[in-house]
Parts: sequence; C-alpha cells; structure tokens
Amino acid sequence: MSASYAIRVHNLSKRYKLGGRQPYVMFRDNLLKGAKALISWPKHLGRRNKDNEANTLWALRDLDFEIKPGDSVGIVGSNGAGKSTLLKIFSRVTVPSQGYVHLRGRVGSLLEVGTGFHPELTGIENIYLNGAILGMRKVEIDNKLDEIIAFSEVEKLLQTPVKFYSSGMRVRLAFSVAAHLEPEILLVDEVLAVGDVAFQKKSISRMEQVTRDGRTVLFVSHNMAAIRSLCKSGIFLSQGKLVYSGSADSAVQAYLDSGQKHEQGDSKVIFESNLTIPAQITSIATTNTRGEPSRIFSHENSFHIEIDFLLRENDTRSYLALNIHDQEGMLLLNSLDFEYQNSFANYQKGSYKAIVKIPPVLAPGTYNVSVQMIRKEKNKETLWDAAEEALTFDIIDSGSARSQIGLPWSGKLTNLLDWKIEVTK
Amino acid sequence: MNSTTEELKCESFEMMIEPPGKWWQLRLKELWPFRELLYFLTWRELKVRYKQTALGVLWAVLQPLLIMVLFSVVFGRFANLPSDGFPYPIFTFAGLLPWQLFSRALSDASQSLVNNQQMVSKIYFPRIFLPMSNVLSSLVDFGVAFIILLIMMVSYEITPSWRMLALPIFILAAIACATAAGLWLSAINVKYRDIKYITPFLVQIWLYATPVAYSSSLFPEQWRLLLGLNPMAGVIDGFRWALLGQEMSSNNLILVSMFVTIVFLVSGLIYFQNTEQTFADVI
Repeated sequence: MSASYAIRVHNLSKRYKLGGRQPYVMFRDNLLKGAKALISWPKHLGRRNKDNEANTLWALRDLDFEIKPGDSVGIVGSNGAGKSTLLKIFSRVTVPSQGYVHLRGRVGSLLEVGTGFHPELTGIENIYLNGAILGMRKVEIDNKLDEIIAFSEVEKLLQTPVKFYSSGMRVRLAFSVAAHLEPEILLVDEVLAVGDVAFQKKSISRMEQVTRDGRTVLFVSHNMAAIRSLCKSGIFLSQGKLVYSGSADSAVQAYLDSGQKHEQGDSKVIFESNLTIPAQITSIATTNTRGEPSRIFSHENSFHIEIDFLLRENDTRSYLALNIHDQEGMLLLNSLDFEYQNSFANYQKGSYKAIVKIPPVLAPGTYNVSVQMIRKEKNKETLWDAAEEALTFDIIDSGSARSQIGLPWSGKLTNLLDWKIEVTK
Repeated sequence: MNSTTEELKCESFEMMIEPPGKWWQLRLKELWPFRELLYFLTWRELKVRYKQTALGVLWAVLQPLLIMVLFSVVFGRFANLPSDGFPYPIFTFAGLLPWQLFSRALSDASQSLVNNQQMVSKIYFPRIFLPMSNVLSSLVDFGVAFIILLIMMVSYEITPSWRMLALPIFILAAIACATAAGLWLSAINVKYRDIKYITPFLVQIWLYATPVAYSSSLFPEQWRLLLGLNPMAGVIDGFRWALLGQEMSSNNLILVSMFVTIVFLVSGLIYFQNTEQTFADVI
C-alpha cells in the first residue's frame, strides 16, 4: 500500500438497526420492552445475536479503497446504495460500525447548504454563523467576506433579516458561504442543483476551480453528465458494497450497465390477482428496445413500457391509459391504447401484453408511470383497475453537448430541435 | 493570498474516524478547535431571543421582578413565610436570580438538539455546544437582572461584605447545575420526545423543592442534608449567604449540594458524549 493517499477507507461498515430511525420512540415503549425483557430474559440469552442480525440493515459493508490527494472522485449508485452514508461518515456526522477512515487534511462538506441559517438574523450575520458551523474561523470569514458577498449577488440585502429573502436568494447566500470553504478534502452531495441556471453555471465553474486547485473532491450526484465532466475517478456502490472503482467514465458506465443487470426488481412491478374485477393490470415493466429489463435510459434512446393485463370476459369498450408524471407530480404525457388505430380494441377474454414505445423526448430526470384500465360506456366511464405511480424510471444524460460545457438541463423535454441558423444580409 | 489561510493549509491535519470508543473517552480535546462556534451559537441565541418583542431585553428584568412581586404577595404577605429577618422581596429575589438562570437554561437546553435537528443530522460539530450555548445566553439575562438586585440592595440598605467575593463560586455552581441538567435532558430528548412534556412539570416541581420562596432553615436540622441533594438548594443558600449575609442553615447542605452537582455534571457529560455519536442516526 502506498503512503500517498488523502483518504484511506479500510473495512468500513455501517449498520442501522431497522426501526431505529423512526421519528421518535416513546419512553413508555422502552419501559414496556424492558419489563418484557426482564420477564423473559433467560430465553433471550442465546438468541440475542440472531435477532439483531435480522433487524439490521448494512448501509455500508466492508469498503476498502484509497483516494489520492488532488483526485476528484464521483460516487455513483442508485438510491440506498450507501453514497450519502459514506459522505456522512467522512464528514463525521455519523460514526462507522466497523473499520476506519484515515483522513489527511481538513474536511469541508457541502452536504447541505444553509444549515443553521436563522430567519431572524441578517444576511451578514448568517454568513458568519453559517461559516462557523461549517468549520471556518472568524479570521477566515473576515478575509473572504467580500468574495462571499460578491458571489452571492445579494449585496443590497445584507442588513435585512433572511426571512425577507426569496428562497432563491437564501440558497445563493448559503451556497456562497459553503463554496468559499477551503478544506483540503471537499465533500459535495447534490448541491449544485440550486438556484437559477446562471447561478448553477457559476457554481459548477467554482467546483471546477476547486478541483484545479489540487484539492481532493468527493462528489455524489445522480447527474452522470456532471460526474463525467467534473471528476477524474469514479466509485460505484451498490447495496453498500464497492462494485467498481476506476475512472469516472468507466464507473458511470458500470453503473449504467448494472441498471440492466441487477435491478430487474425495480424495473418491473407485478400485481396480485383480484378476481372481483373483470379487467386487471397484472404487471408493468420498463425495458430497453431489445426487450431487456432496465429502469435507466439514456436521453438519446427510445425505450419500452410493457403492460400485462387480462380480461375475464369479452370486452369491446375498454381501453388502457398510460400516464407519465415527473417527480413533482406534473402530468407530462397521457396516451390511450385505442389512439393508435382510432377504435377500441375488440378484446376477447384472456391475457394480453401491450408494448408502448417511448421515443427519446424526456429530459434527464426521474419519472413515474401510471396505468389505468377504463371502460367507456355511453355516458359514463368506469375505472376497472388503476396502477398509480406503479413504477419509476430514470432518464440520464449520456454525454450531451450542454453537459460537456457544464450546463444543467432545464425543462422536462429534450430539446434536440432542428436549429437552422443562417447568416442574414 | 493572505497569510492566515496559508497558515491553515500548512497545518498538517490527520484524523482517524473509527467506531465509538470506550465510554470514558469523552473527547473533550476536540472541543477546543471549535471554540469559536460556541461563541457564535451563544451570540445567535442572544440576537434571536428578543427579536420582534416590544420590550426587548427588558424581559430579562421583568420576568424575575414579576415573580418576586407575586411571591412577596402570596408567600410573604398571605402565607407569611419567614425570611430569616430580611425583607421578603429581596430575600426571594436573591433566590430567584440563580433559579431563573437555572430554569431558563434547562428549558432551552433540553430542546436545543431537537430544535437544531437539521444541523445535527447534516454537519459535524461538537453537539455539546448547543445546550452549552443556551446556558451561556441565560447567563447574560442573569447579568442584566443582577443589576436590579444591586439596586434593590442599595435601597434596602444592605451593605455587601467580603462574602461577595465568593459569589462567583456559586454562580459557577449554578452554571454547572444548568449544564448538567441540559446535557441529560437534551440527549434523552433526541430519542424520547417525552422530555418536551416532562420539562415544564420538572421545572415547576423543582422550584418547590428549592428554597426560593422559602428559607432552608424552615426544615428541621436533620432534613437539611436531604434538601442538599437538590444541587440548586446549595446554590441558593450560597447566594443568600454571599449577598445578604444570611447565615448558612447548615454547612453540610452546601457540601452535599456541591458533591451532587459534580456527580450530576460528570455523569451528564459521560451520557451526552456517549450518545452524541448516534444523534444523527436517531434524531
């Protein structure tokens, strides 16, 4: 093992007790538990360890890796893979259950901007308070005050309590403080997606500057384009384990490939049979155009949504409706099965599979799929079956021109429009 | 670039992050580099405390004054509780000052971790600074109200003696009591939000168990040691002894109180520092 590392992670594990993260435990419950345990303690003696193992969730399991000084490392993985837990351990918010992390250098984190902001305090007061919370010394803040203020673009409101700020201004101020931390190791978790587009661009170039300065940066993001453009190396975590460590590009690739191999469970949902309804949706799945299960797609590729359904009687007046919502619940698309041939299908009793091809129209992001089975009669519609937000899928940026220059996506649709630009006169 | 940031960069800094150590390792050394944060948190408490109030910091004076008036009427006049030969108002005010310091710090501190949930779950800093900042900011209220006490002493023609010099010890003891209670309650509150509902009762009951409205000499000699188990009893006896020149009802009472205070504080520290590492997971 070489001695030249900024971060060394050895055998690192983090265990959560299931149920331990409930909002709060009542005193009473524990008294009761204590009383019960007292009554039955001889029985418990031998079993204790086994019980614990069953109620345990390993957020991280036996991680081993080193990060070189000056490296910029992107950490990728699906939700719950342990990315945030790892950064929380590095920033000492939570302690590991086993193993250790050896850090060489001061750590600063952008895990959450604006932490400790107080609405009653003025902008300038909050700069000092927030700086101190992030681990800056007062002299450091004094020295950088002008820079921070200029970066935040809220010069005029510095003597105004933050509660009168717009949310955008608050975020800008908070990010400005955090962006002027000068630790040797910087932890960043999805904070670049704040503010308007111009401010995001500024934030990304600030990040690039930080990496050029030779600091070690750890960056967690779902934005693959940002990871590719900002990071040299990459680490891919899955279910708390290290799956791949190497260049940023290949780690992203490994993550995308795994989306087609390991996460079939997520890309398909199967519904229990319900004999009381005459028409039923039995499963919904997302696949790539070759029919292989996947829930992550490039913004440049088409993909399929497959709907299995069955009819318990012949039916000529029923149809399927497919809805795609974004994460905020906005309906982006509503498509009906009879539209493609302009008349209701003549369904006989039996099982069917509908394959809907979704062209590359969605911008990178996460989307929900809902499907409804509806019967249309003269004056009324009957909802036979509905699978609301049954499935989610991710559209990711696989290297667009805008991401190459560090521009984030805006809007919900891909805008690969036909631009015709001519010289006039 | 300026010199200070260069200096900071040059410091070679290394750290091991490991699973929780032994229970007696209190990691108090780690507090020092963060000392400025304690200052800023206290400053925030003070800044925010009387924002948007019409009377502002006057409340620090009004609260104990109003309680003094109430006690003087109810206990001094109607119930006719003895005040060891001193005018009842100043007798009770001398007890109310440390009591207010204690009760205010305790109530605020017990909620400190939960109220700053976002900070606790997102960022590392010594969590002990949150309850401590509440204690320190209560100390400022205490200082303001203390001026009133001095004015009252002048108007009641009570001449301070050399005993005044011992007052800082009793102020320290009051701070220690408040810190200890704050550490215990805030740490338990992270897991059991019941504390939020228990605290107001606790403060009420504790007030009656403390010689604020009455004198500890009201108790028979052999019971005074028992009273001393309440650490605030010793603090308030000490205050009256140092300020008014009231004789100690029992020297042992003070000693028992001091001892209980130390045990209370050390155990609170151990409990807090040991549970601190799981705060972010539980809160």
